[in-house]
Amino acid sequence: MEHEHSVVAKTNGPVIMTKNATKEPKSIQWILISIVLLFLTLFLVVPLIAIFVKAFEKGADAYLAAIAHPDSLAAIKLTLIVVLITVPLNAVFGVVAAWTITKYDFKGKNFLITLIDLPFSVSPVIAGLIFVLLFGLHGALGTVLQSLGLKVIFSIPGIVIASIFITFPFIARELIPLMQSQGTSEEEASLTLGAGGFKTFWYVTLPNIKWGLLYGVILCNARTIGEFGAVSVVSGHIRGMTNTMPLHIEILYNEYQFSAAFAVASLMSIFAIITLIIKSFIEWKTGFKSTKAS
Amino acid sequence: MAVRSTKFINRNKHEGEDVFISSPLKSIRKSWGETMTIMTEAKRKNKRTIPGFGLTMGFTLLYLTIIVLIPLSMVFLNTFSMGFQEFWVTITEPRVVASYKLSFMTALTAAFVNAVFGVLIAWVLTRYEFPGKRIIDGLVDLPFALPTAVAGITLTTLYSPNGWIGQFFSFKIAFTPAGIIIALIFIGLPFVVRMVQPVLENIEKGMEEASASLGANRMQTFIKIIFPELIPAILTGFALSFARALGEYGSVVFIAGNMPFKTEISPLIIMTKLEQYDYEGATAVAAVMLVITFLILFTINVLQWWTGKRYSGK
Repeated sequence: MEHEHSVVAKTNGPVIMTKNATKEPKSIQWILISIVLLFLTLFLVVPLIAIFVKAFEKGADAYLAAIAHPDSLAAIKLTLIVVLITVPLNAVFGVVAAWTITKYDFKGKNFLITLIDLPFSVSPVIAGLIFVLLFGLHGALGTVLQSLGLKVIFSIPGIVIASIFITFPFIARELIPLMQSQGTSEEEASLTLGAGGFKTFWYVTLPNIKWGLLYGVILCNARTIGEFGAVSVVSGHIRGMTNTMPLHIEILYNEYQFSAAFAVASLMSIFAIITLIIKSFIEWKTGFKSTKAS
Repeated sequence: MAVRSTKFINRNKHEGEDVFISSPLKSIRKSWGETMTIMTEAKRKNKRTIPGFGLTMGFTLLYLTIIVLIPLSMVFLNTFSMGFQEFWVTITEPRVVASYKLSFMTALTAAFVNAVFGVLIAWVLTRYEFPGKRIIDGLVDLPFALPTAVAGITLTTLYSPNGWIGQFFSFKIAFTPAGIIIALIFIGLPFVVRMVQPVLENIEKGMEEASASLGANRMQTFIKIIFPELIPAILTGFALSFARALGEYGSVVFIAGNMPFKTEISPLIIMTKLEQYDYEGATAVAAVMLVITFLILFTINVLQWWTGKRYSGK
């Protein structure tokens, strides 16, 4: 790259001219920057501010009361339980799937990647529906589950499995391009030196992918916390029992308890902002940037 | 350790840029490339030396089958057991057809707006310097991190007739298709930006310089040189944003108003049918939506194959 710049500069006159030829005039730059800032302010900044303004509309006491309400606390607790089961399971899957796809050669690799990506494009409502069809009372496994006395739909296991479906590709998707760019030479060296497969993974591969893994985990985490459509179908909206935070917000909002709804919403927005900060930090630290919008 | 992973990414990036290197260097690079190919060939033969293929492949397929494939196949199994007549009547009900039209039009409009602004945002973020750029860059991902229900209630409050933004408009935005489009623009905003950004970062400056030295102005250079390079990324981002918008539920239910024939989207039809215990009807509508989704996914895959061919074929 450096070579080419100097060649162009030499044959075409002063360097300054070459620089100007690939840049727009300052006035146009500022017009374009202004349009972008206006658009993003309208669509991202104003809504973010509005959440907190509406949350504190009735004062800090009402805000704290809304969050400390037993139903809110139960929703927060349930959301945490769902996250603690969903994210580790999908992290294990993500690492194993990315390892399989990047460390070996086999036919149909691209098809496998497409299948892993599938849940990204399926409507959340359909994601909920398929588990009702599978585990619901009239579903394929409904009678079996009932005879065993197990309840999946309208209960926590249903919420967990729908969340697993929705966030299924997140971690694998971040790891595959990263591990592809790293190749297999380090693992091969480790194996040649006598380490076993698992030892190689633990001491060679895992340290190499830890930032990518963390990146995937926080994205998966954010989506699990916020998933609404799929969870809404399978939960049955039982207050204090099967209400996650987003469902709790919906109920409060539909009952015209706007300040309380926005109070819980503001809590989730803080999670979202923390997610973005950690994400930017990882990007800054590693130069790693998601190429696949998720 | 972090430094190490960066190093690998950078190395990979430079190898990608080889394609554009000038001719004397190119031949050197080419023979280097051939050596590398021979080495990878040799490596490929030994690739299975890494143990655990059966175990990891087995786990991947098992997990994929249990979580994704079996549940998704339920939609089609249940549809097949329905009988074609019944299926056809359900999916061509006027109220259902109205919802397809609405979902399709609003998703298309939102994806189009996101494609135009996505390219502009990606351009400004990669080419220009201005205060607060890093914060703006991070903020672009907000729609991925913010729960859709939160986005839904916030946008509804802002765009309702007496809301912060809605009060400035003489016509209604919330509870009309315009409101649905606003919510879908929010949801799909990052897709095109994040697809186009890395391509813009990697475009060889030399091509733009060559174009300029041959007398093209900036607009001509953009249209003839830069834009063609961006097309696959824009189309992929557009398709992802469109697919996401078609299925979106959380943010839309609040702002749509959900009036049959007017502001009722297809995912909501499924939801309503489920609440009325009409599982067959819900499944039939879901099957139609899934087929459309698969078509979009297929298009994305063709686009990516095309992109891959374009860049390696030069």
